[in-house]
Amino acid sequence: MFTVKSLRQASVLQSLAVRRCISTTTARKSDALFNHRDTPYNNPKIPFEFDEANKKRADEIISRYPPQYKKAAVIPLLDLGQRQNKGWTSISVMNYVAKLLEMPPMRVYEVATFYTMFNREPIGANFVQVCTTTPCMLRGSTEILNTVCSHLGGIKPGETTKDGKFTVMEVECQGACSNAPMMVVGDDFYEDLTEESTKKVLDAFSKGTKPKPGPQSGRLTSENSAGMTALTSKPYGPGDFCAPEFK
Amino acid sequence: MLKASSSSAASISQPFRAKLRRSLATVADPPVRRYGGLKDQDRIFTNAYCRHDHGLKGAQSRGDWHRTKDILSKGDSWIIQTIKDSGLRGRGGAGFPSGLKWSFMNKPGWEKDPRPRYLVVNADEGEPGTCKDREILRGDPHKLIEGCLVAGRGMNATAAYIYIRGEFYQEASHVQQAITEAYKAGLIGKNACGSGYSFDVYLHRGAGAYICGEETALIESLEGKQGKPRLKPPFPADVGLFGCPSTVANVETVAVAPTICRRGSSWFAGFGRERNQGTKLFCISGHVNNPCVVEEEMSIPLKELVEKHCGGIRGGWNNLLGIIPGGCSVPVLPIAKCEEVLMDYDSLKDAQSGLGTGAVIVMDKSTDIVAAIARFASFYKHESCGQCTPCREGTTWMMNMMNRFVEGRAHRREIDMLLELSKQIEGRTICALGDAAAWPIQGLMRHFRPEVERRIDEFRAANGKVLFGGRMLDSQTDPTLALPDNLGQHLPEVGAPAS
Repeated sequence: MFTVKSLRQASVLQSLAVRRCISTTTARKSDALFNHRDTPYNNPKIPFEFDEANKKRADEIISRYPPQYKKAAVIPLLDLGQRQNKGWTSISVMNYVAKLLEMPPMRVYEVATFYTMFNREPIGANFVQVCTTTPCMLRGSTEILNTVCSHLGGIKPGETTKDGKFTVMEVECQGACSNAPMMVVGDDFYEDLTEESTKKVLDAFSKGTKPKPGPQSGRLTSENSAGMTALTSKPYGPGDFCAPEFK
Repeated sequence: MLKASSSSAASISQPFRAKLRRSLATVADPPVRRYGGLKDQDRIFTNAYCRHDHGLKGAQSRGDWHRTKDILSKGDSWIIQTIKDSGLRGRGGAGFPSGLKWSFMNKPGWEKDPRPRYLVVNADEGEPGTCKDREILRGDPHKLIEGCLVAGRGMNATAAYIYIRGEFYQEASHVQQAITEAYKAGLIGKNACGSGYSFDVYLHRGAGAYICGEETALIESLEGKQGKPRLKPPFPADVGLFGCPSTVANVETVAVAPTICRRGSSWFAGFGRERNQGTKLFCISGHVNNPCVVEEEMSIPLKELVEKHCGGIRGGWNNLLGIIPGGCSVPVLPIAKCEEVLMDYDSLKDAQSGLGTGAVIVMDKSTDIVAAIARFASFYKHESCGQCTPCREGTTWMMNMMNRFVEGRAHRREIDMLLELSKQIEGRTICALGDAAAWPIQGLMRHFRPEVERRIDEFRAANGKVLFGGRMLDSQTDPTLALPDNLGQHLPEVGAPAS
């Protein structure tokens, strides 16, 4: 496969100078293909089923929706399946969820390809997502992304380290803009990053420990770091300042 | 015609001249009201910084769930009238009057409709720059649950779904904890708060798609489909979630409702200018000394907001280049306008921008403004759902052009082509994502066009002619092939006028 591709690329380069080809635009590869190809690690023959704990959770989730709209649970169940399946959604997970919710498998594939949080390829033990949208970019997320990539042995965004410990992704806004720049490792936000604190967080993860999530700069949440400018006094209690009928 | 009218005006005004003349003493300027400087006692989200317990006990000690039964027993029309009187407008970006929106659920004869009715809370906060709902969800989740109950009672809903974005894991667990506690304490569920009204609240986690913040896309996503917006009409108030009447509202809008009901609509309406009343969570990010999220009075001057709560711009006010006042979907404002605008819907609309979600993105003079807006263009390219052709194709096209403008590999005429392209996307799509993708670029060209032109001129001076579409005339074309004549290769160079 690869040899054919590289041969074709070489011939395109050659043809540009020497002879005319039908199309001059280069083939563009999407960052995530929407179609599925059976591979030894991802094919419908690999069995998948929820374990007991997840079956209970799944029943609880399905009960939140009207009985005739069971398929509303597809996103939470795929998420559950992804968590059980080492962080990625294989074709077996999708098929199992389709069977569980009595919906055509294609409807599940549609959902799994639409939402960015479903990884359809295996990922490393720690899934690192660096936000690079403008508010983070203004605070230096480009350096953070470069630091992450070089600190993990010179991988590129979208790749997994050789030891399988980390996968790095560049993602869009994660909704922690006042705490920019930030990255997500697993489910946790690491905010107010500098190059040093980024390395510290990554080192802790590679040792198998989990550093404290949240801002790494010393502030607690998104307050003014030079001292609170609001909510400095004791919060008012029940009935305070209310209209007379609600005192 | 002109002459006749002017002479008649003169003849009329003659006898009145004496009356029109005013002496100094009669002129009394109305007192100038300054906005901003909200006191802690008037802040609604008292645990925005997670300094206190977010659980039920802590929430009750801060006044949540205080006599909620009495609010519910006042009835739906009282709740909706209170919200109408308070002047609350939707905090999710569009700014539609909330009381009016909620009243659409109670059309005449709604009691005869056997379908269930839903309140859907939009906690899919994904607009770049916006991080206000996050503070509500993790600090004050009970305000949101109580808000669901009160707003749900106002629109006679049977259940509420809170659609929270999948990335907010910690926030979702706080909300789930709050829901579980509220069920255990009998505050929601059957006979909520002992009022005889039964109301359920469910949490639904999304899976990462900005478009699901759009109201009909959110409904589609909640139904377990791809988040692709629906055509309106039918509006969600008629046919919404699961084919039932529903209303989608932002977290902040719902969460302020109980406090407004308890403290009175006049209290809330006392903040901010006419038609822009209330308090609002603002989130400031970018090149300020101390970025933060803060609840302030509406209509606070933008400059005061930045200087008072964020320690000012990095390197002083004069180091400011521009501010995006409402999240990435609104046009950027240059420094001159930043000095005078007030942070409310009308003032920012007059300045050809918008309040959006109240997400202030500050950029100082070190910013590559073209690259910053180009990053938004690639954000929209990534997040376009692909349903409408103008947006699917247009966002990609705009991103490609903006990426070329960053280095200047373009022709000056392409700026107008890009603007025209953005006008072709704006208003031609089902949802507002197309508009939102077009506006930042239009704002950039409105205020920073000279900067873009300078880059183009510099690039062309250094590298030679560039064809429309970005190919270099000298190095990237094949001299043995004929070039189409419409690629701008014969256009004269239009540089800056020689000074």
